[in-house]
Amino acid sequence: MNISSLYVKEGRAINKAKGALIIAESIPGIKFNEIVDVQLSSGEIKTGQAIDISEEATIIQVFGGVSEVDLIGSKVRCKGETLKLPVSIDILGRIFNGMGEPIDGAPLIIPEDYLDINGRPINPASRQPPAEFIETGISAIDGLNALVRGQKLPIFSGSGLPHNRIAAQIIRQAIVKGKEEKFALVFGAIGISYDDASFFIRNLERTGALEKTVAFINTASDPVIERISTPRLALTAAAYLAWKQDMHVLVVLTDMTNYCEALRELSSMREEIPSRRGYPGYMYTDLATMYERAGRIFGKEGSVTIMPILTMPDDDITHPIPDLTGYITEGQIVLSRTLERKGIYPPIDVFLSLSRMMKEGIGPGKTREDHNNVFMQSYAAYSEGCYLREISTIIGAEALGERDKIYLANADEFEKKFISQGEFEKRKVEDTLDIAWRLFSALPEEDLKLISEKFIKRYLPKYSRKT
Amino acid sequence: MGKIWRISGPLVIADDMKGSQVYEIVEIGDEGLVGEIIGLEGNKAIIQAHEDTLGLKTGEVVRGTGRILSAELGPGLVGSIYDGLQKSLLTLAENTGSFIKRGAKALALSRDKKWQFTPKVKVGDAVSEGDIIGTVPETNLIEHRIMVPVGTKGIVKEIRTGDYTVEEPIARVEHDGEVKELTLMQEWPVRKPRPYKQRLDPSGLLTTGMRILDYMFPLALGGKASIPGGFGTGKTVALQQLARWAQTHLNIYVGCGERGNEMADVLYSFRKLKEPNTGRLLQEKEIFIANTSNMPVVAREASIFVGITMAEYFRDMGYDVLLVADSTSRWAEAMREMGGRLEEMPGEEGFPSYLGSRLSSFYERAGMVECLGSPERKGSVTVAGAVSPPGADFSEPVTQNTIRIIDALYALDVSLANKRHFPAISWLTSYSLYVDAVKDWWEKVDPGWDNTRATALRILQQEAELEEIVRLVGPEALPEDDKLLLLTARMIREDFLQQSAYHEVDTYCVPAKAGLMLKTIIKFYELAQDMLSSGAGIEEVRSSPIVYRISRMKEIPNDTFEQKAKELWSEMEKGLVARKGGIS
Ligand SMILES: Nc1ncnc2c1ncn2[C@@H]1O[C@H](COP(=O)(O)OP(=O)(O)O)[C@@H](O)[C@H]1O
Ligand SMILES: [Mg+2]
Repeated sequence: MNISSLYVKEGRAINKAKGALIIAESIPGIKFNEIVDVQLSSGEIKTGQAIDISEEATIIQVFGGVSEVDLIGSKVRCKGETLKLPVSIDILGRIFNGMGEPIDGAPLIIPEDYLDINGRPINPASRQPPAEFIETGISAIDGLNALVRGQKLPIFSGSGLPHNRIAAQIIRQAIVKGKEEKFALVFGAIGISYDDASFFIRNLERTGALEKTVAFINTASDPVIERISTPRLALTAAAYLAWKQDMHVLVVLTDMTNYCEALRELSSMREEIPSRRGYPGYMYTDLATMYERAGRIFGKEGSVTIMPILTMPDDDITHPIPDLTGYITEGQIVLSRTLERKGIYPPIDVFLSLSRMMKEGIGPGKTREDHNNVFMQSYAAYSEGCYLREISTIIGAEALGERDKIYLANADEFEKKFISQGEFEKRKVEDTLDIAWRLFSALPEEDLKLISEKFIKRYLPKYSRKT
Repeated sequence: MGKIWRISGPLVIADDMKGSQVYEIVEIGDEGLVGEIIGLEGNKAIIQAHEDTLGLKTGEVVRGTGRILSAELGPGLVGSIYDGLQKSLLTLAENTGSFIKRGAKALALSRDKKWQFTPKVKVGDAVSEGDIIGTVPETNLIEHRIMVPVGTKGIVKEIRTGDYTVEEPIARVEHDGEVKELTLMQEWPVRKPRPYKQRLDPSGLLTTGMRILDYMFPLALGGKASIPGGFGTGKTVALQQLARWAQTHLNIYVGCGERGNEMADVLYSFRKLKEPNTGRLLQEKEIFIANTSNMPVVAREASIFVGITMAEYFRDMGYDVLLVADSTSRWAEAMREMGGRLEEMPGEEGFPSYLGSRLSSFYERAGMVECLGSPERKGSVTVAGAVSPPGADFSEPVTQNTIRIIDALYALDVSLANKRHFPAISWLTSYSLYVDAVKDWWEKVDPGWDNTRATALRILQQEAELEEIVRLVGPEALPEDDKLLLLTARMIREDFLQQSAYHEVDTYCVPAKAGLMLKTIIKFYELAQDMLSSGAGIEEVRSSPIVYRISRMKEIPNDTFEQKAKELWSEMEKGLVARKGGIS
């Protein structure tokens, strides 16, 4: 261990009221981005990171609240290490904090390996295209925005919307089912309330999934800096379980908005030039290096599927957090306050939602032959109905023609019968498709032009209520 | 040999670097990470690292290579998958496994593989730069034409026939008593455009099989186009479709700072899908560059230039090449990140002030040219780049700077994408300045093309205007002829413009079919107008079985379409509604 004495230069960091940077003498052997201990003049020890190193000086960002006074006369102790997670199969069933230390009262695990929490990029040529349908039992997802193994599909929510209940329902219905296959859940709680964290843990306990879960918990009262490491620890655990233990891993990370806020805070402490709305310009790449850890790999049994949850500030999907996320993830499930107010659960806005990996995961042998057609026709009909709904708010529904009235009514039915379902209702994908056909049967048959004629012949007669 | 003096993200400063050159490639640290010198100050070199610098220490060595960032050009490029620095990703996967290890080396071209070389010149011939001296059948779809490197000329002293690796000499050329050995491979510095005899105007349609492009907003060979759009609006699918179906000799797909799973999907599908005319696998005419968002940021810039250099090289053989880049915004963001580290004065939204000039140094390398050397030949590079504007707001700097450079804009519309109208290319804001450049081409395939096109665009424009009235008074309150116009516009949108990339037939529509489809709709419109003026109501028109038949036109295969269309026309002419006597 190296201990070198520090001096504080007059510099930009030090002139600031909340300067969190210290400029130390050059520390031989320190590594770029290394995590260090900073011993303050008071004797207290804080964590820091070497963010700029040179032969002249070492710039260290000190995490957590520090005053400049404390920094004067402090010492830096470097470990020569970037952050690593000790792993073994025994991490299953355990709960850790945002530094990877157990907080469940059980003893430390005996590690089989120490993994760098940043991981390494998967070689694009080694990636196997994700193509296995995951049945969540939720129609708006399975029918219209299907999730596949190896995908990264976030939930974009708003404060007060039932994203936690939906996530718990997905975990309950999609993950727990397979006793024969090797499943695991990795749960990363980032800056959420203690209540929300324990909601998930209790849920997992109740369904018996806790023993197949690894949890990393950073609550709102835990150090902000650990919000940066929490998702990385979770993903490192997931990578270990998927690629070394051949498991199908679902990673749920909530709330990634808190992660992004922490990133912004650190960036502004470093006095970096901010990009949109104060978030650092590298936020896209930073998030991508995490989310890109999802996938499937040729020659490996396991998979990493990521479902991050984030709350859109002001319900604004163009805010940098959802916006950059949407540019990285393979679609998004967007929750709508309007549907929520109408009493619809799950309040999924199917127009804003998207699954980019759906087409490979559905169809004959996977879900059903008509799935893709049903998906397209449902969108066409529902969007027509919603458009008419908009018009009819001005001119009144009576002023619409006969055909338009059918579509208007159909949109309401679609929300009530197709999107809406019980929190503990698990629909088979066939049932989901059947509901859609039942709705189609109310439309003029010649309008079903996105469905191939052979499927119309095969499926429509079953649902026609024509007398 | 120098040593690391400072590290700040991808910015590395090395000391004791006297004698280095700006743009020289260096190897950084014990792992030999690739870096590029971007500035010199005294003995110090300012280096941008193309690989992740995490864990580097000051004092580690920095080695100059004397080379500048160059691409290897020769047989073996086609079908390859490269990272942004032209390392072969398949070789890397073989050597270091499924995860990328920084510092790992993998040459672009195999040094072991033998290629069958057939000469086109003989001993005693005088040759100079760009002359084709022989060929190699690289794939079933690409004949690799071996050219005399730029800057070389002389008399052929020896020329060989047979199987050679890219490094073995295949010819010797003497000039002024100096003998030069030529190999199948050459190198080219990626930031420098390759020379040509003369620049020509883009001309002829770059057939894409996408109706809204080919028919409405055509792209010409040698043209430059941009596809801006918010996330999920269809940039990637559009570029993939271009790379799949464009009727060019060779396509280059550059995935720059985008998703790994998407790249996997592209690679996978190109190994399965067949080129429509020859039935050969698509990967026999494709080069892939995959520098995904989790790979080193600085290499994004390199990836674009490596791609365009390969495109120019095949252009120089006399080929029509298409390069698609997804997404140029990620590249611009890499520039912004580097600029920030260098503490340059930021321009708009933190982007460096040279954003515009750097973007045009890429797009300007598109074009149709008369190639260097003999035999005389023309070649072209067409470029289509995606732009990912934050918040789908086109007023941001990358979109704006790009629009100033390009001549065809395919503006993606979030509300169309939300309704799943794909391709979500807005017919109201997109444009192409190549309409005149492809007019002769179209006239041969579809006489009256510019008229039909203009009519359709006018109907869509009128629909947009009527839409505002509909919102106030409702669709029923409109006069009958306006209702007919709305019906026709809807047919143009849904039955012509909308085209699923995933429908086995409709994914690729030949221009002749596109033309007939649209003409059928316009014909319907004319007949329906006659019907209205002879007293029929819109409901009668709407209930015509022809409406349904038109809505199913897309599904008819390209080769039988003409026949089917003829049948439809003769029925239409008998009357839109089955009535005794019919209407005409
Ligand atoms: N031409 C098309 N045909 C069918 N679906 C499309 C088409 N273009 C886009 N899509 C749908 O939209 C989704 C998003 O498209 P993508 O190209 O990935 O968007 P972007 O690159 O702009 O984010 C795709 O996954 C696909 O479902
Ligand atoms: Mg994309």
